[in-house]
Amino acid sequence: MSIEVRNVSFAYLRGKTVLDDISFQIPDGEFVCLLGPNGVGKSTLFKCILRLLTSYSGEIFVDGADSVSLSAKELSRRVAYIPQSAAAIFNYTVRDTVLMGTTAMTNGLRSPGKKEEAFVDQALKLLDIEYLKDRMFTRISGGERQLVLIARALAQQARILLMDEPTANLDYGNQLRVLEQIKTLSASGYTILESTHNPEQAFWYADRVLAVHGGKLIADGKPEKVMDAALLKTLYQIDVSIEALHDGKAHVCLPKKLLQ
Amino acid sequence: MSLNRKKNIPVLLFMFLLLLITAVFSLLIGRFDISIKECFGILWSKLFPIEPYWTKVQHNMLVLVRLPRIIIAILVGASLSVAGTSYQCIFRNPMCAPDILGASTGAAFGASLAILLGKSNMTITMWAFLSSLACVLLVLLVSRFCRGNQILNLILAGIMVGSIFSAGNSYIKMIADPNNVLPAITYWLMGSLSGADTKKMNYIWIPLLIGMVPIFLLRWKINVLTLDDEEAKTMGINTRVTRTIVILAATLLTAASVSVSGIIGWVGLVMPHIARKFVGDDCRILIPASALIGGIFLLLVDDLARNLYTIELPLGILTSLIGAPFFLYLMLRRRE
Repeated sequence: MSIEVRNVSFAYLRGKTVLDDISFQIPDGEFVCLLGPNGVGKSTLFKCILRLLTSYSGEIFVDGADSVSLSAKELSRRVAYIPQSAAAIFNYTVRDTVLMGTTAMTNGLRSPGKKEEAFVDQALKLLDIEYLKDRMFTRISGGERQLVLIARALAQQARILLMDEPTANLDYGNQLRVLEQIKTLSASGYTILESTHNPEQAFWYADRVLAVHGGKLIADGKPEKVMDAALLKTLYQIDVSIEALHDGKAHVCLPKKLLQ
Repeated sequence: MSLNRKKNIPVLLFMFLLLLITAVFSLLIGRFDISIKECFGILWSKLFPIEPYWTKVQHNMLVLVRLPRIIIAILVGASLSVAGTSYQCIFRNPMCAPDILGASTGAAFGASLAILLGKSNMTITMWAFLSSLACVLLVLLVSRFCRGNQILNLILAGIMVGSIFSAGNSYIKMIADPNNVLPAITYWLMGSLSGADTKKMNYIWIPLLIGMVPIFLLRWKINVLTLDDEEAKTMGINTRVTRTIVILAATLLTAASVSVSGIIGWVGLVMPHIARKFVGDDCRILIPASALIGGIFLLLVDDLARNLYTIELPLGILTSLIGAPFFLYLMLRRRE
């Protein structure tokens, strides 16, 4: 099992329970979408897995190892985090941005060398963005930036990628391009847990859906099986109709009001 | 090695050459005539015994007065500039200067107190240094006990602790004798290298070296600290420890510098940005470049300070007069 979350609960100091007894397992190479409205604890769950928050109860296993027993360095070699967008204050080249992912590999005070540069080349090649190498990170498109952040996670040599709404700030074309790259990564063995607000993304790309509501896991399974109008009504308080197209190869969500 | 870095190494060499030329030029100028031949002869005689063709006064002027002052100017300029660059990166804010955590305010308080109590030149420097360190350590201590965002806590604690020291300084100025003590304090606060002598040169390099080495070794990690704190943590970096080491090193640089030079504004804010213009934001190149540019700038400004008029001009005035318009120029040019 790549990620195993066992009975995890988390409450902030003021006593509000954000995660309530959440359990699931994700095997290697699965592409999982995490659905849920804003403020439901998706980011909190990510922070627990990444050990940015440590005061949760329950257990989290990463590649079979209890995450508490791993050093920050060891954890970073297994799990990488890809933010929604990077707040770039200073200008770095794409190469240097990706190279930052390798920092934990170098011992102590050394700057990254040939070995780390090779990881950068590999990561850029895997995502077909070698042409961006010498461009400035702040001067490329939003979609390209998202791919560079994914490349940084790959250079980190982690096999589990946690993505926090990676397509939220992208235009339509870039959203689909980034998702296709993520799908390809998952096919080549990377484990992906992506939070999203778009149920259609889950239908089109994910192997599995986890839905969180009120701090609890309320659905877990194949998108076609668990995602129905009732679930979306619970999550987002909106009436939709789910239509299967092309003999069930693809599903779309349509607002009920539109169909009246 | 990346394209960028290959391209930048000649730039660094060029800056180094420029620094050497500026240093030789600075040795030659002054109200006392020393020709270039005599200058090299005197320096050469320090390494190999040769027959002197210069006067004893020329020798003393060069070795005991100009040389230490020039070396200290370069060291102070480089240190303030490197400290500024480091603070800008680790606080993820391009507007940071070396006094962000109160290092200058602390030094000013220590120096004013020593001047008020009639202490010697050396003691003033020592007290300024210790008081500067004390101020920043207090800031670090306070921020350690605060919950939440480390960067914000440090900056807020810096403003608060700084204002306490600054109030103390104002009080000292109020009770100081306005005929002789107050002008001495005011003069110190405007910054000057007129007190730079061999004695100071002989010890100032120690704290500067201790501060400079960790920053040079950690310069790649400083790049990573410019990322969002949580992002950097997920890459396996202990951001709190790394940031604290860089803060301590940069503080040592600032405290030691202002303790010999007095308060010099702008160098630590503007020089890093000029270096950024030339070599970009990658600290592996940026940190050496800002050291060189800071050294060249302060040396040139000090040349002006000691040669422009018959009396010495305070450095703080000149650095602001030159630094601020230059910064405005850079800001206006960026819009294009």
